[in-house]
Amino acid sequence: MSFLELQNITKIYPNGTKAVNETSLNIDNGEFVVFVGPSGCGKSTLLRMIAGLEDITNGEISLDGNVINNIDPSERDVAMVFQNYALYPHMSVFNNMAYGLKNRGISKEEINNKVNDVAKLLEIDQLLTRKPSMLSGGQRQRVAMGRAIVRNPKIFLFDEPLSNLDAKLRNQMRLEIKRLQRQMGVTSIFVTHDQTEAMTLGDRIVVINNGVVEQVGTPKEIYSKPNTKFVAEFIGSPQMNLFNCKIENGIAHIADMRINLNNSTNIDDAILGIRPDDILISDNGQHTCVANLVEYLGSDMIIYSKIGDQEFSCKLSSKINLNAGDTFKFDISNTLVHLFDNTNGSRV
Amino acid sequence: MKFKPLEILTHIILILGVLLMVLPIWFSFATSTHDNVSIMTEGMKFFLGESFSQNYNEVLNEKGGWSEEVTAARMFVNSFIMALGIATLKVVISAMSAYALVYFRFKLAVPIFWLIFITLLVPLEVRIFPSYKIVSDLGLTNTYTGLILPLVASATATFFFRQFYKTIPDELLESAKLDGANSWRFFIDFLLPLSKTMLAAMFIFMFVYGYSQYLWPLIMTTDEKYWTVVMGMKIIFTENYEGVALPRTGERFAYIILSMLPPVLVVVILQRWFIKGLIQTEK
Repeated sequence: MSFLELQNITKIYPNGTKAVNETSLNIDNGEFVVFVGPSGCGKSTLLRMIAGLEDITNGEISLDGNVINNIDPSERDVAMVFQNYALYPHMSVFNNMAYGLKNRGISKEEINNKVNDVAKLLEIDQLLTRKPSMLSGGQRQRVAMGRAIVRNPKIFLFDEPLSNLDAKLRNQMRLEIKRLQRQMGVTSIFVTHDQTEAMTLGDRIVVINNGVVEQVGTPKEIYSKPNTKFVAEFIGSPQMNLFNCKIENGIAHIADMRINLNNSTNIDDAILGIRPDDILISDNGQHTCVANLVEYLGSDMIIYSKIGDQEFSCKLSSKINLNAGDTFKFDISNTLVHLFDNTNGSRV
Repeated sequence: MKFKPLEILTHIILILGVLLMVLPIWFSFATSTHDNVSIMTEGMKFFLGESFSQNYNEVLNEKGGWSEEVTAARMFVNSFIMALGIATLKVVISAMSAYALVYFRFKLAVPIFWLIFITLLVPLEVRIFPSYKIVSDLGLTNTYTGLILPLVASATATFFFRQFYKTIPDELLESAKLDGANSWRFFIDFLLPLSKTMLAAMFIFMFVYGYSQYLWPLIMTTDEKYWTVVMGMKIIFTENYEGVALPRTGERFAYIILSMLPPVLVVVILQRWFIKGLIQTEK
């Protein structure tokens, strides 16, 4: 039995919106799981149901062997870090962190020790007497983390906690969250719409779209073998190229380009996907295209081009000398392509 | 430092406004320190006189009223008790009812809110006879309870608290819930401290409202022991009004000045909270 089990969880809001549909998921103790998906896909709702902040319309959630559907949020022993941190504005940093402990009837001395330890861990021990309004974004983030950590809960829930930080701080906090989670070994669920965060943080990633889990897997699995067209599109930057094509006897027809897939499939309405960095550019490539636009990113560059009327991009080392308007030759290896059936979006 | 013309103009307007408000009070105070003869012959005074202690002493300790039982000091105490009771209960009840209206999902919350709001259209003066009837049937005439109780519900304050609570982000409640705060704790540990500037403001308004009540205490109290300052202002010192003696204008002004002190003190004390709240933006 897993540590956290979701069984056929459904959430229907009173206005009839189905936010989460028949979702089942098992999470092991100590695992770091990331829920990723576009805005409004139901990932936050799912998290809030685990926290107990939303009623569960159907299904069962059990934590550490106990069904927690009807248990009050305060009794569930979960801690949550909110997107806007939800720090208590009228309390000092110390009291922000101590509040949950006080409500548990823990002795003053113990609270002092715990808060001070966690504050040291997060390097906010100099800020304990300040009010949240006197802290910077990054410091607030740390306090919010500290408030969760100090309670030593069974699960950490993170609801897009990094989205209010600037890019540099976000990267730094991301590493820190990962380090802390490893160090403490507490089961964590992290919700984000940012696929980079998902890839870097998660032991496992749960890709959610329209209230339905599209795929669960390690970052590597998700990236290298996306189960659906949606996952293929959503994970990876720059986005995977998806070509509408027709496949006859294992040969994909994209405009006048032919790619031999080395099998014998026949699909009328197929999608052939290939990651921009899997397109191999070489002087003796089979296919020729014109670079319409070249984006220089330092070590890499991205070339935008067209096959027929379908746009695609490829990513390559910027050491290659290629300018907008030049023609280039490339190969698409059949071992690197992803094939999807366009009628239902599933992988072939 | 150089002033721009606009700045000078705005300052002149501000200074005029201050003078407009302060001068009448200063005149009253200055006049209250003169003896009645000089006031009678020379009119209102701008400079301080010599009868300060005599006038104020007389006002506070002279027994007035028909039965000559009540002193102004007693009336100040009565008014203070009444205003304090009204202000405290109004603030407490309004804050709690607004909490119920905003945070507890029960049917009819909205209609109930509007019902409360509609009572704004029915001030005490309109319902004075029914109110009197109820209070007198309860045997509460000539008691502090009777003075205070019919005035403790406030639609205005409920409305303001409701609007304020609605601006508090939901995450705060959710986070508090996860931290193990029940609904009572959330009210005490979060809403009250967060709304302390609001509480101070409401307390000031309601204190002044309670302090300046005239009609209700007038009807409610037949026993002079429960007279309030505002009523007393009219009744006290009338005994000499039509007599041969000089009108006791000095004492009356002293009475007026004294009657202003309690509300002023409340404002001055609570204003610190106000300003504190304005300086530290806590949200």
